[in-house]
Amino acid sequence: MNHIFMIMFAAILTQNFIFSRFYGCCPFLGVSDKPSTALGMGMAVTFVMTISSAATWAVYRFLLEPYGLEYLKTIAFILVIATLVQFIEMFLRRFVHALYSALGIYLPLITTNCAVLGAALVNIEEGYDFIESVVFGFSAALGFTLAICIFAGVRERIRFAEPPKSFRGFPLLLIAAGLAAMAFSGFSGMKF
Amino acid sequence: MNSIMIPVAVFLGLGVLTGVLLAVAARAFTVPKNETAEKITECLPGANCGGCGYSGCAALADAIAGGEARVSACTVGGPEVAAKIAAIMGVEAQPAVRMRAQVMCSGTQEYARKKYVYDGIPDCTAAVRLGGGDKLCMNGCIGLGSCAKACPFGAISVVEGVAVVDYRKCRGCGVCVKACPKHIIRLIPYDAKHWVGCVSVDDGKNTRRVCDVGCISCRLCQKNCPSGAIAVDNFVAKIDYSKCSGCDTCVEKCPRHIIWSSELQGQHGLVIRREKAEKKS
Repeated sequence: MNHIFMIMFAAILTQNFIFSRFYGCCPFLGVSDKPSTALGMGMAVTFVMTISSAATWAVYRFLLEPYGLEYLKTIAFILVIATLVQFIEMFLRRFVHALYSALGIYLPLITTNCAVLGAALVNIEEGYDFIESVVFGFSAALGFTLAICIFAGVRERIRFAEPPKSFRGFPLLLIAAGLAAMAFSGFSGMKF
Repeated sequence: MNSIMIPVAVFLGLGVLTGVLLAVAARAFTVPKNETAEKITECLPGANCGGCGYSGCAALADAIAGGEARVSACTVGGPEVAAKIAAIMGVEAQPAVRMRAQVMCSGTQEYARKKYVYDGIPDCTAAVRLGGGDKLCMNGCIGLGSCAKACPFGAISVVEGVAVVDYRKCRGCGVCVKACPKHIIRLIPYDAKHWVGCVSVDDGKNTRRVCDVGCISCRLCQKNCPSGAIAVDNFVAKIDYSKCSGCDTCVEKCPRHIIWSSELQGQHGLVIRREKAEKKS
């Protein structure tokens, strides 16, 4: 049990996907315009990452490992994740319309998202078993949600600032993201 | 030979499996589509401006198909789009007049006096929180461009401290009308020749105190209008567009030069107006 909490704590804070591993920076900068859309994106990522962690673990364990095809895991995972996201999207549209209208526009964005693929690859790299993989996928996505929501709050403040012309727009966002990443490095401490 | 065949076979199997899964899912999970709504979406301008009050063109199409919204609900599309949608829905279209937005203020920096120097967040809504903005006139344009930011068609720019709508780009969606915290943007008929560039409800004396180009409710326009289209009510002149014949009498008679004629408004309408005022004085 202790071990599971260690994985969760590391995935959410010290090894945060965005601020520490730098996975999923594209939606982090692209969809963090408003807190509401940031939360929607975070929920969609959480949903997909948890399920894809389970699916990719199964594919790796029962399909790739027995045939000695570990070196092809990246391409196999991309295939599985893309199919899974498409499938989930269709399933939600048909059966869970409330969830579809909340997550629908974000799901296609995650199809080939590096954070989702990253979670699957980290699971293999760390040698997690099934439960650990699912927990890691879920909590890494929670860390992603935390980061993107914090950043959406920061962006709300930046919008009304009047920075020098050369900093306007994207440059200032990148600096703000860097500062947030530095704050998160406080969780793991500095290493030289 | 064997070493290459296994991965090929595994991935072929995986690919076929996922492909079949998606194909079956696409067939099994089809959602019955609303054909009327799709046809209506094709007719709409597709700008997703939100002027109709719905989140986008597709949302409005759904509402029209469901009977919640009128067929002429799209302000941007105007009569042509309304007629097309009416044909799809099988109803008669009500005649709709194409509108355009007009900022009802002429008080540029040199004419409107200021209460204080505003140095805060460059946004009208924020400035209004501070004693109603930096202009002494309570109905004056703040000129920080909240409407310009809101305009989905890029038709509004701020010239000399007053927002100006480029009527050639304006589609009359009314987003700016909602965005303006001073409520001084009005929709007027697209073909309207004249408008009064002031909505100050102060009396003549107080308007004179705060602005050189405010309506002082002298009633010269009302008295001289041959078609009786102008009425001064609540200390401000207002044009009734159903009566206005488009003669230039009011433009000539107004002592404050704030009744505007569309012939005078080019890209920088306010600048032209000032030249005219200088010539007269």
